Amino acid sequence: MKTATATKKSTPFMDDLRHTIFLWRKSKLTMIGSVIIAIFLLVAAFAPLIAPYSPTDQDLSVRLRGPSWQHLFGTDQFGRDIFSRVIYGSRIALWIIFLVSVISGSIGMFIGVVSGYFGKIVDDILMRITDMFLAFPSLILAMAFAAMLGPDLTNTIIAISIVSWTTYARLARAEAMKVKSQPYIEAVRATGGGNLRIMFLHVMPMCISPVFVQLTLRMGTILLTAAGLGFLGLGVQPPTPEWGAMVSAGRSFLIDQWWISTFPGIFIALVVLGFNLLGDGVRDMLDPRLRR
Amino acid sequence: MNFAAFLIRRLILMAVVLFGVACIVFVIAHLIPADPVGALLGGNAPAHVVDEMRAKLGYDQPLIVQFGRFISGAVRADFGTSLRTNKPVMEDIMYYFPATMELALVAIIISIFLGITLGVISAIHRNKWIDQFSRVFSILGVSMPVFWIGLILILVFYFRLDWLPGAGRLSLFTYAPPRVTGMYLFDSALAGQWSTFFEALKHILLPAIVLGYSATASVARITRASMLDVLRQDYIRTAKAKGLKRKVVTYRHALKNSLIPTVTIIGLVFGSLLEGAVLTETVFSWPGLGRYITTGLLSLDYPSVMGGTLYIAFIYCLANLIVDIIYALLDPRMRM
Repeated sequence: MKTATATKKSTPFMDDLRHTIFLWRKSKLTMIGSVIIAIFLLVAAFAPLIAPYSPTDQDLSVRLRGPSWQHLFGTDQFGRDIFSRVIYGSRIALWIIFLVSVISGSIGMFIGVVSGYFGKIVDDILMRITDMFLAFPSLILAMAFAAMLGPDLTNTIIAISIVSWTTYARLARAEAMKVKSQPYIEAVRATGGGNLRIMFLHVMPMCISPVFVQLTLRMGTILLTAAGLGFLGLGVQPPTPEWGAMVSAGRSFLIDQWWISTFPGIFIALVVLGFNLLGDGVRDMLDPRLRR
Repeated sequence: MNFAAFLIRRLILMAVVLFGVACIVFVIAHLIPADPVGALLGGNAPAHVVDEMRAKLGYDQPLIVQFGRFISGAVRADFGTSLRTNKPVMEDIMYYFPATMELALVAIIISIFLGITLGVISAIHRNKWIDQFSRVFSILGVSMPVFWIGLILILVFYFRLDWLPGAGRLSLFTYAPPRVTGMYLFDSALAGQWSTFFEALKHILLPAIVLGYSATASVARITRASMLDVLRQDYIRTAKAKGLKRKVVTYRHALKNSLIPTVTIIGLVFGSLLEGAVLTETVFSWPGLGRYITTGLLSLDYPSVMGGTLYIAFIYCLANLIVDIIYALLDPRMRM
């Protein structure tokens, strides 16, 4: 591959990019994942155009109707259109995934870089704190935080962020430890750069890529945790169309009105599947051992 | 470093971590912006009754005193009295935990057998249809929400086909077997009550499959990856070159070494099982610890939430410790 493209005037960066695209196209599962996520993003962006009804308007005259052309996924006990609720639910899901990734990624990176850069006692203390958070099954800890903060959208995001920064902290720490002894860091220090400057301008950028890969791998998990909280009644509250809470709402109608729980669940599974396929693909594409 | 030193170091570390966990649990429980005494007595209770109750439960003490009492109690496995069931929390835990443990054990047995089989087959037939199938099966397992699979299986196998029961550990009219371990499968077998045994087995099947599915997926993925790694090693080529049968090479030489990463993942998987148990137990009305904590959270029952959560963290740490020990025994390099 490389030799064929290297004959023309091409930079190593372009070569690399071309090779990445080649790898992406070779893996069908990665492509499927990308397509699912692309559709998910489009649906979230254009929800008002796609959804035929409002996600929260009740119409008791059509309550508990099965799937039909008027109501593609049927209606719930308040006569709300499930298809529209699922479509709008993608916005909630995307918002949660996005914010949790940003917040937990930042917390993890900050703690990891500080820990790895200073080492010694700082490292010991921060890593023991990380261990404590790792000693909990994360859903149970998130449940406790959500209950403490009060169940709603913002608090769901905060609760999941608080429990999911640990992996990133460990990655960033490992990277920071590797980077801090490099000659260029010494050079920055020799020219008078302080600790803060070195940490945030010279060490942290090096940690972004491993943390970012891990973030894409974990996006599915974030959605699953949020849906789990919603299902238990400790997450986003109705009437907000959150998928997990919607599955839970359909539980009492499961025998005769199976569609209320089924469709939101399918969408959770699809989006998580998309993120998992894409995440696996990204990891494989960036793994130097598998790149050849 | 010898094995004893390794073990002592790990035990001390575990104590430190558990103390931290206790701090986190305490802080969370006391930051919940609601009044457990109010929730217990209802909104109409006269003020002096509320004050009396508060004093009786120790909620009028300064936080630091409450914390000291919580820690000194926790060390003696005494988490106080549940506000909801009015029994010592530890008694409740001992009552509910075997149900969770039984569920997790059956789930982990399913996932180990199925996961390793799938992983090995996948690795041997790399990129063939069976590999693709098992990869899709695995990735679906970690993608589908546990509670949703549970509901769908109940819908199909209980409501529609009526093959398996949908909720609980036994039918309404069956007496629980005499309590030895609290795990109905064990207890009924010990007592020789085979009809109860099969009933318990039928009840545990759906929740265990639901709970074990994502674990199966993780085990299969790890086994496949490490098996592929091992199959590339020189000694495998040597074994093949000296004329050993393919089966002997695969199962005797490769599988044994490729299982080391699988052993480590089982500790992690056990944690995810405890986590999944919360959701599975809710869906299947399974009277386990996960459901105990969830109901505790929803009804502001501080002592049961603190005790239950701490207990789960303890079990989780213990599982990881056991895995580390097994790992150290399997691979001496890890004792460093």
